[in-house]
Amino acid sequence: MLDKVDVLIIGSGASGAAVAWSLAETKMRIVCLEQGDWMKPSDFPSNGKDYEARLYGDFATSPNIRKRKSDYPINDDNSPIKVVNFNAVGGSTVMYTAHYPRLHPSDFRVKSLDGVADDWPVDYATLEPFFAENDRMMGVSGMAGDPAYPSHQPPMPPLPLGKSGQTMARAMNKLGWHWWPSDTTIATTEYDGRAPCINLGHCTPACAQGAKASTDITYWPHAIRAGVELRTNCRVSRIETGPDGMARGVLYFDKDGVEVFQPAEVVIVAANGVGTPRLLLNSASGKNPNGLANSSGLVGKNLMFHPWANIYGYVPEAMDGHRGPPLCLWSQEFYETDLSRGFVRGYNLQFNRGIGVASEAVQTTSVGLVPWGSGHHDGFRRLMGRRMSVGCCTEDLPEEHNRVTLDPVLKDGNGIPAPKIDYTISENTRLMTDHAVARGKEILAAAGAVDVGVIRPVAYGGWHLLGTARMGEDPARSVVNPWGRCHDVKNLFIVDGSIFVTSGGVNPTSTIQALALYIADQMKQRLATLFD
Amino acid sequence: MSDAVLTDAQVADFRALAGMIIPASAQYGVPGADDPVIFADIVGSVGRDHGAVVAALARAAEVAGGAVAGLDAAGKAAVVATLQGEAGAMGVLVRLVLLCYYRDDRVMVSLGLEPRAPFPKGHVLEQGDWSLLDPVKARKPFWRAAP
Repeated sequence: MLDKVDVLIIGSGASGAAVAWSLAETKMRIVCLEQGDWMKPSDFPSNGKDYEARLYGDFATSPNIRKRKSDYPINDDNSPIKVVNFNAVGGSTVMYTAHYPRLHPSDFRVKSLDGVADDWPVDYATLEPFFAENDRMMGVSGMAGDPAYPSHQPPMPPLPLGKSGQTMARAMNKLGWHWWPSDTTIATTEYDGRAPCINLGHCTPACAQGAKASTDITYWPHAIRAGVELRTNCRVSRIETGPDGMARGVLYFDKDGVEVFQPAEVVIVAANGVGTPRLLLNSASGKNPNGLANSSGLVGKNLMFHPWANIYGYVPEAMDGHRGPPLCLWSQEFYETDLSRGFVRGYNLQFNRGIGVASEAVQTTSVGLVPWGSGHHDGFRRLMGRRMSVGCCTEDLPEEHNRVTLDPVLKDGNGIPAPKIDYTISENTRLMTDHAVARGKEILAAAGAVDVGVIRPVAYGGWHLLGTARMGEDPARSVVNPWGRCHDVKNLFIVDGSIFVTSGGVNPTSTIQALALYIADQMKQRLATLFD
Repeated sequence: MSDAVLTDAQVADFRALAGMIIPASAQYGVPGADDPVIFADIVGSVGRDHGAVVAALARAAEVAGGAVAGLDAAGKAAVVATLQGEAGAMGVLVRLVLLCYYRDDRVMVSLGLEPRAPFPKGHVLEQGDWSLLDPVKARKPFWRAAP
């Protein structure tokens, strides 16, 4: 048996890295177990001319397509939205588009303001210093002064507008609607050892330049220098508890496939909104037959995805295309609730710069805009580099029937039961998407776009995995307390997106990491009474 | 990559289909997707899509009533007319053809693009006119205060 550690963290992604770095100053012995390995920038797709093809192979967004050894399968057949993620040191921050909005103050008070779902037990003001600390650690570019948000100052200037950004901006000004340069975690200057962005234009499947922040190059170097041990290729199968109901440690498969027990005083789960409920459900025992920390019955329930729609079209002039980070602007014009629209809550719009040449050929051919045969060349050259698109990120409200359970048959490479997703898009979200698609078409029309098309929902759009171990004061209605400790197991913490009470309508990584830093801070303040 | 390989007959049909999907163009001075170099890249990239490619070729042979490669021009055109727009396995085959075609150096040059990987050179992106933001800056904050 291995020596007991003070703190064991499961997962090295957005939240696991943040909590590891924050707790390192306590000088406790901290170990993080990561099922994947360190990624090498020289292996990233944008090093090769086949960079777009690799999105359908070893850098596919879906683990079911990618099938790396570090991946686990997910049965998402019963969901119109498929789970996408990445498993490596840095987790899904290795493979994300670095769009970095914060949740708004109103997102933490949806019950009080709009009479739906539940309020969070924390608020924006409480998290604000942790948002700022996280912006500094991840390295955020952006511009202060956005009227859609409380004031904050990103540490680096925003990404360039480029041709695409200017065209979208003019369209939005014509309509009189809000837009703003996005906060992103793409370095626009040298920052904490990272080189600035050189517009590789293929940000999502990892950045060969190292300009995009992923926690393997932001938090982890600092955490490791501060004494945290990170063990790679280690997949946790279950959390073990003792007769007192406290977590004793975890069983994991090491890089050789040998199952090992790692004892720990404190266990922190940071495995995302699918991986975390999977682990808790797989940790069922005679005393906890429905899974660990699940006396509420809510582990795995209330899964929220942010159903996505994409509205695209083609303008007469050549745009930035594949040159430059794909996301550059956002609009919060329709973010806050306005019941005259026919739905409650709202959505964020994201403006996409363009896509690569091969990807453009695949998309335009698949929807019939570009034909096979002799007309192919003229058809493609008419559209190439002229795409503009608007993505809408709709708020997904919690519903218990949307859930993660264990698949009775499917298992990963270590024989651990795989997660199963059951999910439907709600009527409120459908109405919200109708509204967003109509606005997206108006924006594209104002930009002069033609050949407008809509993709809804974006099937491989399940990036945001939220709500499956929600936080709250009431142990009957939540899994963790207001500072991330499981109601049922007083030395077990959860710090990832599964603790979200509601989803907001923006990409959640910034808020996930701010919450992780907040929970780490709460733990540090309560070390003497942590288990009371 | 899968170890599975295509038979000679499957390769011949695949090449015929590739050339019908993207034929050569004298106007633009580009080869078709059945060009020896491009098609070798396509066949070498089948990998994990082997099953779908085989299924798509079987579907094409079904429509053709035999080997696609053995049809005359009119017969091939009839096959294309039926298969174009089919999703599933045929969509995978077409995607494979497009992904390989649009990374060939000759094709990229004809499109006015440098035939290279994005890294390490990257691209230049103009900063743009930030005065476009002035009317938005003039708006009062409109985020909702929360109780």
